[in-house]
Amino acid sequence: MKAPLLVAAAKILTGVNVRWVNCQPNIRQRVYFANHTSHLDILVLWAALPSEIRAVTRPAAAKDYWEVGKIRSYLAREVLNAVLIERKKVSKRHNPIELLLHAMGGRYSLILFPEGTRSIGQEIGPFKSGLYYLTRRKPELELIPVYIENLNRILPKEEFLPVPILSSISFGPPLRVMQKETKAAFLERARNAVYGLKGS
Amino acid sequence: MKLPIDQEMLWLACGVVGLLAVATGTGLVLDRQIKSESAVATIKNLNTRIRSWWIMCAFFILALFTDGLGPIILFGLASFLALREFITLTPTRRGDHRSLCWVFFIITPLQYVLVGTQSYGLFTVLIPLYAFLFIPTRNAIAGDYEGFLERTAKIQWGLLVCVYCVSHAPALLSLEIPGYIGQNAKLLFFLVLVVQISDVLQYVWGKCIGRTQITPRISPNKTWEGFIGGIGGATLIGTSLWWVTPFSPWQAAAMSLAISLMGFAGGLTMSAIKRDRGVKDFGTLIDGHGGVLDRIDSLCFSAPVFFHLTRYFFT
Repeated sequence: MKAPLLVAAAKILTGVNVRWVNCQPNIRQRVYFANHTSHLDILVLWAALPSEIRAVTRPAAAKDYWEVGKIRSYLAREVLNAVLIERKKVSKRHNPIELLLHAMGGRYSLILFPEGTRSIGQEIGPFKSGLYYLTRRKPELELIPVYIENLNRILPKEEFLPVPILSSISFGPPLRVMQKETKAAFLERARNAVYGLKGS
Repeated sequence: MKLPIDQEMLWLACGVVGLLAVATGTGLVLDRQIKSESAVATIKNLNTRIRSWWIMCAFFILALFTDGLGPIILFGLASFLALREFITLTPTRRGDHRSLCWVFFIITPLQYVLVGTQSYGLFTVLIPLYAFLFIPTRNAIAGDYEGFLERTAKIQWGLLVCVYCVSHAPALLSLEIPGYIGQNAKLLFFLVLVVQISDVLQYVWGKCIGRTQITPRISPNKTWEGFIGGIGGATLIGTSLWWVTPFSPWQAAAMSLAISLMGFAGGLTMSAIKRDRGVKDFGTLIDGHGGVLDRIDSLCFSAPVFFHLTRYFFT
């Protein structure tokens, strides 16, 4: 019952304008991958999805941030149903790809921020390779580029008080990895797909 | 306290409801008759606009009937939302963040508290004096000097137009006009009615017979035909409402003319800003109209001038 309240609060605070550009909301298994500039990104992207899709969409979130403090860990576990990822010690045993695939099962979609950390300013940082390995392992997944605008202005890195500027979120057409595409080429293409939604 | 509803106020409210009913009827008839593709889109937008008008008028009239607090909250909220739209379109930087927190959460509410407590000596200087000295100082403390003057000026201007200017509309309730005590709600009604009717008539005349553009580079929709028809029509309507104001018919005519002209100036100026930022509307909150600032742009310019003229000549 707390989720609708949180969704409403996130939408009012950020005045988010949601656009689906050559892409329709769909319940099938997808990976939403977006640029990352603010702590609000996860919450607002998740809130921007229609409720029946939101119910089967889990954000991948950094364990070192979302397990700190009672409120954050409550939000991550009980409300967002987040998949918590170790950022620091990635090893064969702590392979995040296995963890994500397991968390998705045959039902859940995923929210991913392939930059791995929040970028400063307008530039989108280089993408980490998780997105590539995910789609190689499970090629039927639809990869949806998402561009989030202005959330960095609402709550910039290192600030605690948000300013009520209006934000927008654009969902783009699905992307698929091509047969012989290299990792670097694919990640660059994915990054450009997010960038291309700017101002759409 | 006595509610500010008298016979004249009721007549005004009934008049507005009547106008809206006529507009809704006309919209329905046009919707049935018109077939060509481009006109269909225009009529669809017209009907959406009329629907939104019903909601806005309901909010406004309800607020007026609450005596004092309602208009403060309504216009305060409008200021906040308009400022939000304005700052969104303004490319602020990291260094502006703390200033913006002050602007949104301290200065804007404080301005309306001062208007609500009828502290004329304070609400007229809070923003142009104290806020305007505080914002550059806070920005300097933040340590980012890139585009300093430009960034500061943009925040100040947003605050001036969206908050300071708009707050003069509910401030009308605090004026003490001899022979008109306790009736100021009608003065506020008069201002909003004239400025919005002027907007609507400019739109209608412009759509029907508009040919000669005034400033094609800034707004292709503003034409001399719309300007004359709209300002003239609003002045006539304002004059015919002299009986709800403390003015004589001629004074009401002059006031209506001033309100309409300032309203036009406000709309034109805001269009220039939108053109510069490459957008059509400031926001999407009001169906068919765009954002809050798109709806109140004319009020931003006419409210402070009307307040000043009334205060100067009638109190």
